[in-house]
Amino acid sequence: MKRLNTIVPAIGAGLLALMPSLALAAGDLGQAQQQPTNWSAIGMFVVFVGMTLVITYWAARRTKSAADFYAAGGGITGFQNGLAIAGDYMSAASFLGISALVYGSGFDGLIYSVGWLVGWPIILFLIAERLRNLGKYTFADVAAYRLGQTPVRSFAATSALVVVIFYLIGQMVGAGQLIKLLFGLEYTYAVVIVGILMMIYVTFGGMKATTWVQIIKACLLLSGATFIALAVLAHFGFSFEALFAKAVEVHPKHAAIMAPGTLVSDPIEAVSLAMALMFGTAGLPHILMRFFTVADAKAARKSVFYATSFIGYFYILTFIIGFGAITLVGTNPEFLDASGKGLRGGANMAAIHLANAVGGDLFLGFISAVAFATILAVVSGLTLAGASAISHDLYANVFARGRTNEATEVRVSKLASVGLGIIAVLLGIVFEKQNIAYMVGLTFAIAASTNFPVLVMSMFWKGLSTRGAVAGGFLGLAGAVVLTVLGPTVWKDVLGHPAAIFPFKYPAIFSMPLAFASIWFFSVTDGSQRAKDEKEAFEAQLIRSETGLGAEGAHAH
Amino acid sequence: MSNDLHAKIRSNPKYAELVRKRSSFAWLLSILVLIIYYSFIMVIAFAPKVLGTPLSEGSVTTIGLPIGVGVILSAIVLTGIYVRRANTEFDELTKQLIEGSK
Repeated sequence: MKRLNTIVPAIGAGLLALMPSLALAAGDLGQAQQQPTNWSAIGMFVVFVGMTLVITYWAARRTKSAADFYAAGGGITGFQNGLAIAGDYMSAASFLGISALVYGSGFDGLIYSVGWLVGWPIILFLIAERLRNLGKYTFADVAAYRLGQTPVRSFAATSALVVVIFYLIGQMVGAGQLIKLLFGLEYTYAVVIVGILMMIYVTFGGMKATTWVQIIKACLLLSGATFIALAVLAHFGFSFEALFAKAVEVHPKHAAIMAPGTLVSDPIEAVSLAMALMFGTAGLPHILMRFFTVADAKAARKSVFYATSFIGYFYILTFIIGFGAITLVGTNPEFLDASGKGLRGGANMAAIHLANAVGGDLFLGFISAVAFATILAVVSGLTLAGASAISHDLYANVFARGRTNEATEVRVSKLASVGLGIIAVLLGIVFEKQNIAYMVGLTFAIAASTNFPVLVMSMFWKGLSTRGAVAGGFLGLAGAVVLTVLGPTVWKDVLGHPAAIFPFKYPAIFSMPLAFASIWFFSVTDGSQRAKDEKEAFEAQLIRSETGLGAEGAHAH
Repeated sequence: MSNDLHAKIRSNPKYAELVRKRSSFAWLLSILVLIIYYSFIMVIAFAPKVLGTPLSEGSVTTIGLPIGVGVILSAIVLTGIYVRRANTEFDELTKQLIEGSK
């Protein structure tokens, strides 16, 4: 199960409890992991990499200013940005993980998809246009808009880096495992390849290259998934009833797959997970950063609408794919392991085997290459977000206090990208055999308990002071980390203690209110002159956030 | 942006109208999303069997599926509704406000 979980960290701890039979089946996964070298997949991946390197070369020649590097010069359209956001969000983990979850327990897979999607309307209604109107390159621009630059940016950069690094570990370990499975490459090679390509995209092509890599990948993934889903439906004469009837007949859990199962049984756990999924999205630095790549608030709104549509459509496809795998993969001994119960290569192979079943070897190669490309694109976006926190927030605004120029700032950013790339590769190797299933859950919990409360309060609450933002943000961060460590997934499953100190797997239901309450408390008790000035400055901030007057567009640079 | 322009915008009744209309619309839709989503989660937590009810007599498909897919579609539709109104009515109001304050 260890290996299995590391492949799809996004599914989080739920998977472990959910699939005891698969856990047993995966016992022998560790030894027989590496698959024979898959040449058609490697060939298609090489084509993809070649294409993206051409784009990076093109983007590098057009990336001159800091605005180009961080925000693609603000020249991305709403539609393109919607695709890129969807690309950032549709990770290999969600493609393989959700279809695996549906394969294993049917309806429960839908619960995760829904949770991941409903954060988007909230981002649109409350955050997107205000973010675009107030910020320039990073969400810290907005959080620190009328507050003390040094403390607030230091906090925002720290929490952004924590989120980015935890997320990167999950993606890197997932990448290594997946590539080993799909391509038959060594784990270490795979992690190093991902690291090097990601560094090339980000340092040479900046946001422009990262965005286009993401757009291409999103198109490939959406068309690949559409093809699989259509092939499945065609097999059943386009009748959902026929598909479900067959699935219920052949699945070991039978009719139970058509209703909620054991994934969400405790109401507190359910709400806590729901909060982390919903509000965590609104606190992910690499997602927030995408809103600065469009020209204005109008385009920012449009991009959320397109992103929500693509992501929603994609989740519906993964649901069909999961059921397709139950009927077409789970019944075919060719795809099963020696025991005949688990899937060859592990539960996360459901979508991959289905690609083979409906489209043959060549299509299998295509989907494998797309899965690899997906990881590559997501880690690039993460690295860029982490690098801008270092260069734009920490270096330019905290360390140099604005006394630097664009060229130096971009150079620092490129160095930071290389540094983060190396760290990601090293951590990927260190964590190879660790159980990191908790990591994506932790990432969302941290984002929901640090970045999201600070961002929302800075936009909507006049009374916010620097002290409140920093103290509340750090307490939210500490709360999310400590409660995760003391909870069942880390304290019991990873550290091996007999019982967890904190009984819940997901901390957001406690750490998020803790953050909001401490932001409020440390602001209202702040009687300093600075706090008074900060309240005064809210009016001007509100006018800019509501009207877009003075907002920094691409033309301003 | 000068203080003069600020004062003009603040005293322009269109500014109050814009902020009021957009905020109430945004919070209304947010609350709607929260109600839809948390009702779904609460049914799963407290009455999961309800979602296992067959769609019609003898069918395998349960009402949970259209409901789950419906939550996804509702998110898409609500974002569409907001973008439509914001990109026309609110943006027009903003334009008038800025021009009227110059």
